Amino acid sequence: MPVPDFEPVIGLEVHAQLLTRTKIFCGCSTRFGAPPNTQVCMVCLGLPGALPALNRAAVEMAIKAGKAFGCRIAERSVWARKNYFYPDLPKGYQISQYELPICSGGAVPVPGLGSIPLERIHLEEDAGKNVHTATGSEVDLNRSGVPLIEIVGKPALRSAEGASEYLKSLRLCLIYLGINDGNLEEGSFRCDANVSVRRKGESKLGTRVELKNINSFRFVRQAIDFEIARQVELIESGGKVVQETRLFDNEKGVTRSMRSKEEANDYRYFPDPDLPPLRVSKEWMEGISTPKLPHEIADALAAAGVSQADARSIVSDPRLVEVHRKVGGDPKRAALFVVGELGRAVNEKEADLSALKFDPALVQEVWKLQDAGAISSTAAREVLAELIRTGEAPRKIVERKGLAQVSDQGALEAVVDAVIARNPAEVEKYRGGKVNLLGFFVGQAMKDLKGKGNPGALNALFKKKLGP
Amino acid sequence: MSIDRAQVRHVARLARLALSEEEEERFAAQLGNVLEYVERLQAVDVSGVEPLGFAGDATAPLPLREDEPQPCLPREKVLSQAPEQNGEAFLVPRILE
Amino acid sequence: MKADLLPLSLVSEALASGTVPADALLEAFLARIRALDGRLHAFLRLTENEAWAAAKASVQRRANGKALGPLDGVPIALKDIFCMEGVETCCGSRILRGYHPPYDATVVRKLRQAGAVIVGKTNMDEFAMGSSTENSAFGPTANPWDLTRSPGGSSGGSAAAVAARLVPGAFGTDTGGSIRQPAALVGCVGLKPTYGRVSRFGVIAFASSLDQVGPFAQDVKGVAHLLGAVAGHDPNDQTSSERPVPDYASALDKGVRGLRIGVPPEYFGEGLAPEVEKAVRAGIESLRAQGCEVRETPLPNSPHAIATYYIVATAEASSNLARYDGVRYGHRAKASQLLEMYEKTRAEGFGAEVKRRIMLGTYALSAGYYDAYYLRAQKVRALIRRDFDQAFASVDAVISPTSPTTAFRLGEKMDDPLAMYLNDVYTVPVNLAGLPGISLPCGFDSKGLPIGLQLIGRPFDEETLLRIARAAEPAEQRLPPILEGR
Repeated sequence: MPVPDFEPVIGLEVHAQLLTRTKIFCGCSTRFGAPPNTQVCMVCLGLPGALPALNRAAVEMAIKAGKAFGCRIAERSVWARKNYFYPDLPKGYQISQYELPICSGGAVPVPGLGSIPLERIHLEEDAGKNVHTATGSEVDLNRSGVPLIEIVGKPALRSAEGASEYLKSLRLCLIYLGINDGNLEEGSFRCDANVSVRRKGESKLGTRVELKNINSFRFVRQAIDFEIARQVELIESGGKVVQETRLFDNEKGVTRSMRSKEEANDYRYFPDPDLPPLRVSKEWMEGISTPKLPHEIADALAAAGVSQADARSIVSDPRLVEVHRKVGGDPKRAALFVVGELGRAVNEKEADLSALKFDPALVQEVWKLQDAGAISSTAAREVLAELIRTGEAPRKIVERKGLAQVSDQGALEAVVDAVIARNPAEVEKYRGGKVNLLGFFVGQAMKDLKGKGNPGALNALFKKKLGP
Repeated sequence: MSIDRAQVRHVARLARLALSEEEEERFAAQLGNVLEYVERLQAVDVSGVEPLGFAGDATAPLPLREDEPQPCLPREKVLSQAPEQNGEAFLVPRILE
Repeated sequence: MKADLLPLSLVSEALASGTVPADALLEAFLARIRALDGRLHAFLRLTENEAWAAAKASVQRRANGKALGPLDGVPIALKDIFCMEGVETCCGSRILRGYHPPYDATVVRKLRQAGAVIVGKTNMDEFAMGSSTENSAFGPTANPWDLTRSPGGSSGGSAAAVAARLVPGAFGTDTGGSIRQPAALVGCVGLKPTYGRVSRFGVIAFASSLDQVGPFAQDVKGVAHLLGAVAGHDPNDQTSSERPVPDYASALDKGVRGLRIGVPPEYFGEGLAPEVEKAVRAGIESLRAQGCEVRETPLPNSPHAIATYYIVATAEASSNLARYDGVRYGHRAKASQLLEMYEKTRAEGFGAEVKRRIMLGTYALSAGYYDAYYLRAQKVRALIRRDFDQAFASVDAVISPTSPTTAFRLGEKMDDPLAMYLNDVYTVPVNLAGLPGISLPCGFDSKGLPIGLQLIGRPFDEETLLRIARAAEPAEQRLPPILEGR
């Protein structure tokens, strides 16, 4: 939403649950969707006497993110307690990192926007869930202690659209790193936005407002646009923006002040004495590998001849990249298959990328049949569709569906001779110069062959037999 | 260093402690005494000193936990200790926003 | 002497030699508990069923020649700060009344593995905050030497139980002197190991960077046996050290010739009762006579220790005690909305001293005060630690009084928190520096009350500390009057 005279300044804080098997400080499972309070123990329930035991995998995933985004990885970072009371926070404090986070600096590559710089990435534990009822709240602590990284972006974004692009790109990177599932609905990828506005040309930042509860890309755009408009209107009508936390109401599309949150904003951070400072040796850090990020893969695909658009579609899902790699052969042709036949099958719910029924390497076999003239290009498409649906061997599909085309010279000649013998009048006209009757002859032959004749071979035969 | 009733009330709210008037008064006086005693730390020269946060062996290798699931506690056992529960979840009174 | 009056290491020998079977021994101690604890109130509850099963299992093991070690069959008491599955564990607080933990502390597990017979949970100051056991929500414990006096605290129940021979050994925790001060006030041996030597998992936290588990017994060798059973790394406590655990008992009798002992002048100044000073100096002379080299060792930042401690400990405590919110366990006040529920629950559940410390700690961490209080205290703490590091460059141990006075009267210091805090002036620096410290008896004052001396060692060098303590402990044991029917 363009706002004349004003420039919005937006910084995003993303909480991403890490894909560890167990929680950050205890051995409870992190599986989503279990019955309430069945994945809890003394540690994540905050029972008296329980102590946190840091999960190595959570640290490694944070390091992975830090390396992928070019952050400085701290040789020594410190756990801190963030103290506040809430029923979903069993210990009365959240174990997080404050003054010395594990990663600082770095940037997230966003196609079209360049690199959006990061302030920091730190590790922390998730809280449980309160479900509000008519008489009070029900507390489920299954989520309590699930590892999170908080990725704090610098206030470098200038539009709601840009913010949404940044989030999409960040989400995809985390999925590629294998450290987050990118599931906004289940809350494993969550976003808060800090939004302020200033008059164009002004270098000082305006008063910022923190927006919470924006759990889809669409809501991110709506919430930020609403907030920008609200702040601009406020300033232009002579008012002042108050630093506060506002909740996005996705039904009404507005942000609302959360006053209760303001009153107790003194979190009394201090270093957690239950956990030694986290030391990351050079060897440990260097031993953690990071896969290629989506924009790098897209560049490589484009360099191999894949169109920019196809490359972008393929990297939008790492599973597609994997299929493309497994199909092999000519990258461009493989890309056409992935965005074409496979994309269509996925859209029509005939294929599930998480549980593919076919071996992508078999696509090559279909192409071989097609290139050898054993099947027509139309038949090839049909075989591919069936391959995706069933995983059956291409040759079997061709056989079962009778898709093989007749290319045998002797068999074709017999049919061609018969067609010529049957249609003396047309032969006369053709020889008299009506060469466009060639299609008629081929069509007749196809009819006789029940559509399975090799059209190229028939063309050639008729031309030869009818002669000039 | 003295501490007034308003400060005592603020701190008590942060700590979620309901205090009676009498307690507010008494704590104001007692905390004032302790804080006055603690004032002596202001005179210690701590320039260039790194705070000692972790009391243990700060150079020893970190004993991290491997990412292997362990059995959780049975839910009945967990909830059996709760003042109020419904067999699935802990119950708390209304949260006024 | 009857086996049930012997110090722990001799009880252990009697069990090993078959002089007394574990079940008979247990019956003797339970009989004494029944006879005396009505007046002492050292125990909050007994775990007789478990104790009998453990004693019988021990008898069986001995019969099969499969004894587990020096603690097999030895009755042990535990401060009510150690979680035991299914056994009510209140930590001296109303807020945990009725709380039955669903798991065992690592220390409990290790003691069972060593064959110890856990007889019950002992009284303590609420959440280990106090130096007199008067802050228990369940009433104070009396000192076996004078029932009108305090046994010290916070582990006063464990100390009194050992002194009155209700058990040969017990465990407590020490955050600022909570093992050593009561040991001194009741005349037994009490050890606070190096921070990280014993797992804190399942031990209800007061101040996590200072808390450490440690044993009480009548003799140094008994304490060595108890430490050996519980020391070592625990994957559930990442602050626990992975250093190997030596055989503490085996090095005890090497003698002290050539060892260097430091005497810090700061620990012999104003506030120290003359009779206590005299007895401690006599203890120093005894060590000198046995070949120790004694020299003065300044610890110039020690006078800042109490102030530092009351910031660090209360700050950590204010956070550690936030979990008592009436949601998942323990007491909950009646209330129609959440904030009111929190505030009333905690107001009703916590005692005055706990509230005072939560308030102080919350204040010290709150916006605008963090740097002036908490951060500064952690820096002074680093200076205190540095003093000790420098001292240990030239001495093998530091010696001092444990407590400035002998046992004080119940009620005497309850109205003056600061006076109570100053009881810990010699013990607190040891916790701040994370060092091992031991208190052992070194005589009696003119009222017949026990006096304790403290030895402080290098980190993880409990071996040397115990060796010196062994040389300094009295040859004879006097029994408190309560055991003589007085």
